[in-house]
Amino acid sequence: MTALPFEDLLRELTPQVLGTLVRRHGQFEGCEDAVQEAVLAATVQWPAEGVPDNPRGWLTTVASRRLIDQMRSDHARRERESATATEVVPEDVPDTDDTLVLLFLCCHPTLTAASQTALTLRAVGGLTTAEIARAFLVPEATMAARISRAKQRIKAAGSSFSLPEGAEREERLRVVLHVLYLIFNEGYTASSGSALHRPDLAREAIRLTRMVHAQLPEDGEVTGLLALMLLTHARRDARTTAAGDLVPLDEQDRTTWDRELIDEGTELVKASLAGPALGPYQLQAAIAATHADAATAEETDWRQVHALYLILERIAPNPMVTLNRVIALAETEGPRAGLALLSTLDGDERIAGHHRLLSVRAHLLERTGDTAGAYEHYRRAAKATAGLAEQRYLESRATRVRSLRGSDAPTIAP
Amino acid sequence: MKFLIGMHINPAVLDALTDEEKAAIGDGHGRFIEALKESGEMITTQALVDPSQAAVVSVRDGRPVVTDGPFLEAKEYLGGFYLIDCENKERAIELAARIPDAAIKGWGVEVRQVMFADGQLEA
Repeated sequence: MTALPFEDLLRELTPQVLGTLVRRHGQFEGCEDAVQEAVLAATVQWPAEGVPDNPRGWLTTVASRRLIDQMRSDHARRERESATATEVVPEDVPDTDDTLVLLFLCCHPTLTAASQTALTLRAVGGLTTAEIARAFLVPEATMAARISRAKQRIKAAGSSFSLPEGAEREERLRVVLHVLYLIFNEGYTASSGSALHRPDLAREAIRLTRMVHAQLPEDGEVTGLLALMLLTHARRDARTTAAGDLVPLDEQDRTTWDRELIDEGTELVKASLAGPALGPYQLQAAIAATHADAATAEETDWRQVHALYLILERIAPNPMVTLNRVIALAETEGPRAGLALLSTLDGDERIAGHHRLLSVRAHLLERTGDTAGAYEHYRRAAKATAGLAEQRYLESRATRVRSLRGSDAPTIAP
Repeated sequence: MKFLIGMHINPAVLDALTDEEKAAIGDGHGRFIEALKESGEMITTQALVDPSQAAVVSVRDGRPVVTDGPFLEAKEYLGGFYLIDCENKERAIELAARIPDAAIKGWGVEVRQVMFADGQLEA
């Protein structure tokens, strides 16, 4: 995706203009279409005629006209006499930022996660349907249907354009953060096809999370999520080779980690940990910051990583968290201690047969010197994964341990 | 998540179906396609010609050798597929269960996640 000079401006203004329109006219569905059309008009006109002096006013006017045209033709179709819409005079709207309200609306609980992410990217992120379709490698018609269905559902649910109150607000904010996290992950793990011409979803997720953070600077989990994204994104160049092969954390060239992002992320973690309550994103960010703090893999403070996973396991129990704690425990207490903790997950059907569990067991078996067991588990993990790069990595580990078998492979005692 | 739902058809079972049964299968697919398009989960669907029309291609000593197919001597053949993009495997299975073929004894509907994708999807 080629970045045009005004593209960032346009994307920043999209949710603001949409918010203004929805406040005036209600009907999120129609307003969203009108804003999308105004954005498309801007991408055609602005390069030729220059960015207008008041770009927000320009977009609001164009979008309002489209909306009113739409409402009039709807009225005509229904053969009604008078239109309720009045001509909208462009004005500079006071600086109430509706971004958060829009995000809450797009992350409506009646929607599937796939619909929430698509709608968020369009209504708040200002991406076109075509760009979102490319990002998820589906046809544009598929994405258009998904977005239109999502808007219908929101309409049917009768949501008002305002922030929910109290516990519902908290709950909905968690959904918003989860959607932002999913967008980031999609950008991070995308393994299909060529990356060319695909919008950078990781960057987009960071941009949107920054917007939420600017609105809610006191919320520890918002801060934690932003920090987690920055600290993870800092390693983007180190985590794959030029050929696209995965490089595990302990083998990454740490000099290529983005220092600026790490510093910013670490500061955010520190600030958020000083807050009253700890949440899962803050803890994951704190773990990422601990890794970022180590100049070499050997210098990693595994005791701290383990302690953080213990807290995370207590506040948000999840077999994937336990699995991560296994890795930290194996570093501090040895692979046999790790394998013992790992065996507690064997009866958990949420993770049984998962490639991550199989690959962690393979790593630990390899470290105890059980190359036959390691080989078997690397192979099983490779079969179980749906990620191509991960599969290549696991196959190469399997080949490596097999070459150790039969030879006088040293047995590394715990 | 993208899944390929493959429909494995036994031609002998197909031949034994009445016209009404065949028409009902066709209608069922029509409704399924519409529902998938509306929900925004459809990527594409394709149906294949009879396996007797297949050609098996191999290269021996650098030269292509073509024989009449099918490749596998089996009772069931891939008759067509749906390529979908949906929430998770559970949803893919739920969708697969709506395909009329799934209700026919001797036919198989198989769900497999896509691991790699490239190329033009708009065709």
